[in-house]
Amino acid sequence: MKTLIKLISFIALGLNLIPAFLVFQGTISSDQCKTLMFVGTVLWFITAPMWMNKKSKEASS
Amino acid sequence: MSDKKNLVQKLESVNEYEREAIPKSKLKSWKSFVGTYAGEHTAGTEFVLGPLFVAHGASAIDLVSGLLVGNILAVLSWAYFTGKAATKTRHTLYFQLEKIAGSRFTMIYNLVNAVAFCFLAGAMITVAATAVGIPFDLAMPALDDTLPTSFGFVLTVFVVGAITTVIAMFGFNQVVKFANIAAPWMIMIFVAAAVAVLPRMGINSISDFWPVAQETIWSGVPLEGKTKFTFWHIMFFAWFCNMAMHIGMADMSILRYAKKWTAGFATSTGVFLGHYVAWLASGILYSLFLLESDGSLVFAPGPIAYEAVGIAGAICVIIAGWTTANPTLYRAGLAIQSINPNWKTWKVTLFVGLITTIAACFPALMMQLLDFVALYGLVLMPLGAVIFIDIFLLPKMGMRSNFAELTNRNFNPAVGITWLITLIFCLGLNLFGGVEIFFLGLPGWFVAVIVYVASSKIIQKNTSAPDLSSTSSKREVPVS
Repeated sequence: MKTLIKLISFIALGLNLIPAFLVFQGTISSDQCKTLMFVGTVLWFITAPMWMNKKSKEASS
Repeated sequence: MSDKKNLVQKLESVNEYEREAIPKSKLKSWKSFVGTYAGEHTAGTEFVLGPLFVAHGASAIDLVSGLLVGNILAVLSWAYFTGKAATKTRHTLYFQLEKIAGSRFTMIYNLVNAVAFCFLAGAMITVAATAVGIPFDLAMPALDDTLPTSFGFVLTVFVVGAITTVIAMFGFNQVVKFANIAAPWMIMIFVAAAVAVLPRMGINSISDFWPVAQETIWSGVPLEGKTKFTFWHIMFFAWFCNMAMHIGMADMSILRYAKKWTAGFATSTGVFLGHYVAWLASGILYSLFLLESDGSLVFAPGPIAYEAVGIAGAICVIIAGWTTANPTLYRAGLAIQSINPNWKTWKVTLFVGLITTIAACFPALMMQLLDFVALYGLVLMPLGAVIFIDIFLLPKMGMRSNFAELTNRNFNPAVGITWLITLIFCLGLNLFGGVEIFFLGLPGWFVAVIVYVASSKIIQKNTSAPDLSSTSSKREVPVS
């Protein structure tokens, strides 16, 4: 499960970067890029807290 | 209630080992510092500093080469100065300074630090407010504005300031965790925003980039009323913008956890992602804004990022400003609280937050960030030189380290003299020699070293021998 969430997080990060390069190449429009980046942002902030900082939490408890 | 208690416990755990050496079991490998530094140095300030290089007419070649050399020197300073001092003593800057300079001097240092932290946090609240104001279509400040521009802007600043202050009072640990989560995403947004706007600047292939960068983005022509930046300005700024952290030794507090001094090289992640990639990216965004607004002097990172990559960009500006302002405000509160430990931390933070928020209403704070960051480092630099020399050079010269602790004094005159003379020297060089603030750190450091060695020699010679010898057993044995 954790692996799947991590995978989604990395896809979300990709959604924040790759569309910009697609705009640069002329493959997608600027508006499509903005939408994809917003989706990536939401996905990242939902999934990343599920696995990031966990190690330090365990160590301190 | 138990949650609140839990938070207080967590806050206390952050502050542990403040007055003792870090135990060996708590030491961390260099990998632990890679993420920490990447997160810390990709922050709200980057949205302001990158554009200011454009405004000051930095040329493309000067910027690229100046940042490269300056950032390498910054990383070396972190490793060879801060890393070495931190792993030898395992103490925070504050505790080490108290041993050398005495508690009274450390109190003055903390006050200066607190004021600087307030200004920095204030600038970041202003930055975040420019993004919060987007849905309300608020009038934004211009590059030459010093006073608040509109009631709406002031109101937004107060809302952002209030939220930041409350979080600094109750949830600092959560902010740190949130900042760690936000850091990789922020770097993506910085890069994406710059790449996505390249076609609008006439860059449609990689080969187009350099000619446009030279002619349009970093054209080498400063905006009206701005001084021209050369390679040397950029190199020294990149090196010294974190002077308080490396040469000023503030990051002893972080690097004291490192197993080896070489962990200081981990700062390269923060420096090269935050102070290289992010500055170039935000410079590109600002240049596009100037191009499309026909040279407008209105300067607002929020709308500029929103225009480039939409809501994600605006959120990035808010989060970047917030994650910088929040811990800074918290540190300012702690620094002021050290004057009287009986003051409640939350009350001090509330007071500091109010002052910071009022200051944030004045756009001059954000617009002068380049000068302010340079000044902040310069003011704290002499004390970093004192710490370095006290640890590594004085014992080799037959003098004693930690003079205040050894003689039970609350003020070491050698440190006071060093601070005063170095700052007077730098001020004189600036006022009478016409040397700009960016260049004062290097000569100032050597002056601080010479004055501290000379004044220590005189003061230690005139201090009766039993004072120094009778308490010598108090000296702590470093961990490594």
